[in-house]
Amino acid sequence: MTFIAKPKIAHPSLPRNPLGMTRRDYEGALSTLCAGCGHDSITAAIVEACWGLAIEPQNLVKLSGIGCSSKTTAYFVSGAHGFNSVHGRMPSIAMGANAANRNLHYIGVSGDGDTLSIGLGQFCHAIRRNLNMLYIIENNGVYGLTKGQFSASADVGTKAKKGETNFQPPIDAVLLALTLGASFVARSFSGDKEQLVPLIQAGLKHKGFALIDVLSPCVTFNDHEGSTKSYAYTREHYEPAIHTDFVPLQQEITAEYAAGATLPVVLHDGSRIVLRKLDDAYDPTNRAACAATIQERLKEEEYLTGLLFVEPGQPEFHELNATPDGALNAVPYEVLSPGSAGMQKTLARYR
Amino acid sequence: MSAPDSARINDFVIKIATVNGTGSASANMLLMKSIFRSGIPVMGKNYFPSNIQGLPTWYEIRVTKHGYVACSGRVDIMVAMNAETYSKDVREVSPGGYLLYDSTWPRPALLKREDITAIGLPLAKLCNENFNGVRTRILMKNICYAGALAALLDLDLEHVRQLLAETYAKKPQLVTSNMKAIELGYECAKANFPCPLPLRVEKMDKTTGYIMIDGNTAAALGCVFAGATVAAWYPITPSTSLMDAFKAFSDRMRVDAKSGRKNFAFIQAEDELAAIGMVIGASWNGARAFTATSGPGISLMNEFLGLAYYAEVPAVIFDIQRVGPSTGMPTRTQQGDIMACAYASHGDTRQVCLYPANAEECFHMAVQAFDLAERLQTPVLVVSDLDIGMNDWMCRELKWDDAYRPDRGKMLDKAEIEKLEKFYRYLDKDGDGITYRTLPGVHPKAAYFTRGSGHTQFGAYTEDSADYQLLLDRLLVKWNSAKKLVPRAIIDATAESELGIVSVGSCDGAIREAMDLLRARGVGVNYMRVRAFPFTEDVDRFLDAHRVIFVVEQNRDAQLRALLTLETKVEKSKLHSLLHYNGLPISSSFIVEGVIAHLQPGSKSRAAAAL
Repeated sequence: MTFIAKPKIAHPSLPRNPLGMTRRDYEGALSTLCAGCGHDSITAAIVEACWGLAIEPQNLVKLSGIGCSSKTTAYFVSGAHGFNSVHGRMPSIAMGANAANRNLHYIGVSGDGDTLSIGLGQFCHAIRRNLNMLYIIENNGVYGLTKGQFSASADVGTKAKKGETNFQPPIDAVLLALTLGASFVARSFSGDKEQLVPLIQAGLKHKGFALIDVLSPCVTFNDHEGSTKSYAYTREHYEPAIHTDFVPLQQEITAEYAAGATLPVVLHDGSRIVLRKLDDAYDPTNRAACAATIQERLKEEEYLTGLLFVEPGQPEFHELNATPDGALNAVPYEVLSPGSAGMQKTLARYR
Repeated sequence: MSAPDSARINDFVIKIATVNGTGSASANMLLMKSIFRSGIPVMGKNYFPSNIQGLPTWYEIRVTKHGYVACSGRVDIMVAMNAETYSKDVREVSPGGYLLYDSTWPRPALLKREDITAIGLPLAKLCNENFNGVRTRILMKNICYAGALAALLDLDLEHVRQLLAETYAKKPQLVTSNMKAIELGYECAKANFPCPLPLRVEKMDKTTGYIMIDGNTAAALGCVFAGATVAAWYPITPSTSLMDAFKAFSDRMRVDAKSGRKNFAFIQAEDELAAIGMVIGASWNGARAFTATSGPGISLMNEFLGLAYYAEVPAVIFDIQRVGPSTGMPTRTQQGDIMACAYASHGDTRQVCLYPANAEECFHMAVQAFDLAERLQTPVLVVSDLDIGMNDWMCRELKWDDAYRPDRGKMLDKAEIEKLEKFYRYLDKDGDGITYRTLPGVHPKAAYFTRGSGHTQFGAYTEDSADYQLLLDRLLVKWNSAKKLVPRAIIDATAESELGIVSVGSCDGAIREAMDLLRARGVGVNYMRVRAFPFTEDVDRFLDAHRVIFVVEQNRDAQLRALLTLETKVEKSKLHSLLHYNGLPISSSFIVEGVIAHLQPGSKSRAAAAL
């Protein structure tokens, strides 16, 4: 953890976003995680992404469950409401909050234990409802706060710090999400900020459930020889399949892309994701083929990363439920109450 | 011993034994509603199995000119339509009573009772001759007994015809076929027996201004009027009908006519944990949100209820209690969750509970629950039960005051936040233990971090002993504020007796009738029905003022009594329990016997199991 508090005053030369805010304005409380924790890099990427998108802090809602990863919602965008709920149940809190006000950005930060063990059910059902949120899994293969037990994402054969070997097959969040019909499925690495920032931006802008499974090594309990979630192992077995650029509505596409290899995806608000294939055979719009390729490569001990699958335009929860465009929590009571006249009408059938 | 004939007009009990899934519910409702529309007070109890088709089911209709709302413990007319339970049903008829059975098949066992009158009508045969199709014949056979009863009881067929016309307004051919079955039964009874029986109905004018409604429907209506917009739940008997009713009301009254958009979100969750999570998330974000469940769901919701208590998030939960422990008997009634609700979750938690006793209170307490949850920023559990929730109750017409506006409690709006130098979520500015809250999306200055882990009054994470304790103690201050806001007990001290009955919820009807019966036997008792936890001041006063107190409740372990001993200064030894926990609604006779047995130690009955 960092012990030295950063000064509150920002240098005048710091770059400002269209809201006139600096990156510092998107920071949160000081992290209390271990020095070198992958999660802190993800926090930094979230700060960068929100600053870049010029999200008004009060329009962001931060949600989490329990665990090291879930603590991080306190470490970014202090101007946003946060809800650190109970273990594995963040998706239900997110669902309720989103039902009450559909017009905010919802970002959930969870871990592999929080999502794939205790919270597996809620995670699956949030996907089924196509809840409009960005769901980040900070995936390190271990339970950190309880000192290094294997999580459900631990690979077969991986060794714990104390030498024990895992024999149970892992649950892969990316494959699971693809199976359940998720419309935005990505994998990344906490050590690759360049890849992560546009993914977070695209995920926040995507209408519907967006998953980013971020490999995020635990320096204390899972960064040793024999671990398949260490920095060294991840760097070696990490393979970007798709290069993702996020292009906000206001901006022109300036980068040069080889024709045929790029795939611009237009999001609901007109902003675009530009996917550049790094692997010619990989098609991020074919769900079945994506799942097959990801699985094959996992067998070869290779994590494919990037925006692995995207399918914009799927109706999200509110569209499926025909709620109004405005927030439900803002519908005036006079509209909600049938009044005494409504009561009289209702009573007729009970006389 | 049977009462004189004149006394049996508008004062008797019909019990109908059928097989579930055969349309008997429609027949029974038709009968009960017809009596109700004749101006005569009625009570209906449905004893149904946890099953969809093929198991025994009973319906009890009490015609009660005095307007009693509980079971009496008698059966004056048994309609025995189920061969499987036939012999048991025959045994249950009170001496001097009647047995109506389907004589299409011989029933020799009935001859063993000479103290009852048997009325055999060939209902199945009649229906086989007059209707086509197996299913239709089964359904019509049940409508047919309603027709026979109409003749035997002198019920006005015009009410039946009118009810059928209303029920099947969109399917007029069903009105014709149902009416035909009614008339078949009616004529058959008339032709074969002297109609009406001495025990019959006679028009009254005691139901004007009343409706027949079940507690769950009334509670759902309360949620609509309270302005609830998010409903999340996981199906569980006997709470599901509350959610079904909310959806039906909302589909009728909450859909924008022009756009077709729904001013509500109705979410079937993956389990009760998710259901309460969604309610907490939505309430935290400023919507009025609720869930309905039963005992097993309450068990699952415990962790989240602790979070909402400690992080101070409003939530409204309806617990429609059923028989426990575990899965128990899902379609039978009990008051077994009193303790589980009062102290739901680990650590020092106390949850605000409201205890409705009837459908009318279900409506009003539903509205009040939302106001209290937001005012106190804490979960409010409306602890109802299957008897209240799923049976039809005669209750005063629900009145709505158009001046009502939701009490959103201490929720700061944009202008108020603007004026603040800094916002602290858990700082007790007013000394009542209730702090101010803000909603996301309103103002960047309003942001705070909600957590179930230790936090300071300024909203920061803490593991500091003093900070932790300060907050936990402030929650007690809030608890004391709650005592002044929750509904007071209902007290009837007109007997000026040193004997008192203390009870809760659905025991109410039986107790009120028992008090009349006891008075007739020279025993005067006062009565207090608690309506909320925390207990209001008047609860202590009533307990203080009585020498002998009977605590009447529907569970084995005297949970209300336990709660009273924990949360008031009452002397334990003066609280005597009358415990009814067989899964059927409590009857007035049970209470009368219990009180008498205690007062006359020689005649100690099983019911008076004083602790």
